[in-house]
Amino acid sequence: MTQAAVATPTTPSSLAYATPLADLDPSNPALFADFTMLDYFERLRREDPVHYCAKSAFGAYWSVTKFKDIMQVETHPEIYSSDSRSGGITIFDSNAAASLPMFIAMDPPRHDEQRKVVSPVVAPENLARLEAVIRERPAAALDALPVNEDFDWVSRVSINLTTQMLATLFDFPWQDRAQLSYWSDAATAVVGQGMIDSEEQRFGILMECAQYMTRLWNERLNSEPGNDLISMLAHDDRTRNMSPEEFLGNVILLIVGGNDTTRNSMTGSVLALNENADQYAKLAADPALIPSMISEAIRWQTPLAHMRRTATEDAVLGGKNIRKGDKVIMWYVSGNRDEEAIDQPNRFIIDRERVRQHLSFGFGIHRCVGNRLAEQQLRILWEELFKRWPKPMQIKVVGAPKRVPSPFVKGYESLMVRISA
Amino acid sequence: MIKVTFIDTQGASRALDAVDGQSLMDVAVSNRVPGIDADCGGSCACGTCHVMVAPEWLVKLPPAEDMENAMLEFVEPRTPGSRLSCQIKLSPALDGIVVTTPAGQH
Ligand code: HEM
Ligand code: FES
Repeated sequence: MTQAAVATPTTPSSLAYATPLADLDPSNPALFADFTMLDYFERLRREDPVHYCAKSAFGAYWSVTKFKDIMQVETHPEIYSSDSRSGGITIFDSNAAASLPMFIAMDPPRHDEQRKVVSPVVAPENLARLEAVIRERPAAALDALPVNEDFDWVSRVSINLTTQMLATLFDFPWQDRAQLSYWSDAATAVVGQGMIDSEEQRFGILMECAQYMTRLWNERLNSEPGNDLISMLAHDDRTRNMSPEEFLGNVILLIVGGNDTTRNSMTGSVLALNENADQYAKLAADPALIPSMISEAIRWQTPLAHMRRTATEDAVLGGKNIRKGDKVIMWYVSGNRDEEAIDQPNRFIIDRERVRQHLSFGFGIHRCVGNRLAEQQLRILWEELFKRWPKPMQIKVVGAPKRVPSPFVKGYESLMVRISA
Repeated sequence: MIKVTFIDTQGASRALDAVDGQSLMDVAVSNRVPGIDADCGGSCACGTCHVMVAPEWLVKLPPAEDMENAMLEFVEPRTPGSRLSCQIKLSPALDGIVVTTPAGQH
């Protein structure tokens, strides 16, 4: 929060309502850092669900805030393009990572061909085979956590476990595994906010990743088929003839796609349960609710606040005229709180009806290909946590979370917790 | 009353009653047929209600529309009988329909 904002006596929610509608800019990173953006979206859903913001740090854009309008955009990829050449998939216009061939930033037919190649490796049948290895290492990491002592959940658990799980999935050299989160963070970092100073620098880092991964691919190709994603890609009939460029784009996409999204869901689930002690108690009494709790936590967290499309032709959306070339932001973080689509959306209810029907994974042809993998990782985490610390509120949040100041990656920089013996 | 039958990959079958106008997905979900996740609730936008329709019933269905075909691109395994069950609207003409559910959906 800026000094000016601290000094003013107005509450965040009245600020959201005091601003003239036309000047409302929900993409302002500060709103995500101090968690006041939900008020802005609530107002937009009520007063102007498809809203045009003419001026922002990221240029002019449309905000799509209702579940049903988001679904309309998701299901019309022929109008609303994901192509990196038309603008890509986030509110930030140019990111060097998007210049690699990644199907998340392609339209059909290229998108479809590439997605079909990668999809089988994260299919539930494959994940079932990986379950034992995915469980092994986190278990050891959890055993090493301090008890009766404050520590940062984000670094000790969320980042650590997500990195370990990624390394396991790729059978990535264990001692180098920190590189995985480094590459992923570099791919998504906002230029000038600490990690990355220029697109050239970003590209250089991604090329390091490319070289490393190519070496692994060649090693796997020349050895017996294994149960890791790279080996599967190298040996599968459908994938082994990918061009090196395609391989790299896909591998980076798998690293980035599954990194901070899963990480922030791990943190978000602890925070949500702590803020809703009755739900924590319900879960402790019936751990069979873990899968359902995880879907609810992924909705509640919405690890990616938005995805972006660009209109390829004039269109009408929620009564507004979208023009060819316009930037269209689907605010999942808003659609997931839309009272018309979700019952009591501001409440965290671990056993709610239709718990899987949230927007956090997107919908349509780009719907998250790793969604079952993400759910599996979170399920394993919570099963292992309950094996060790089964009592309600035994993992207790002891400080306010520090949030990522980004309108895209909705997550946490730190969250202090204490586990009681 | 319309009879529908779901067969899983192990060959176990479940016969269920449905009403005119109900979607096949809806029948599956309200009876907790395993393997039909229906994450989008019938908006033809998730592909997790995939079923494989027996040939004699497939011919009785209207052809898939564009969005259904787009989503079917990614289902596993894609077979000639692959359809999204949320897009199959039941009517007396479909009384007795038999479909197979896949091993997993994602
Ligand atoms: C809770 C965790 C996760 C969340 C919230 C999430 C969210 C999303 C969203 C919203 C999209 C849609 C993009 C769009 O429509 O433009 C997406 C696509 C994608 N995700 Fe995830 N994701 C998660 C975990 C993962 C994991 C673990 C992987 C790794 C396998 C992964 C890989 C991908 C890929 C490859 C795509 C592109 C799909 C396509 O364009 O067809 N994600 N994800
Ligand atoms: S329920 Fe989502 S496509 Fe049928």
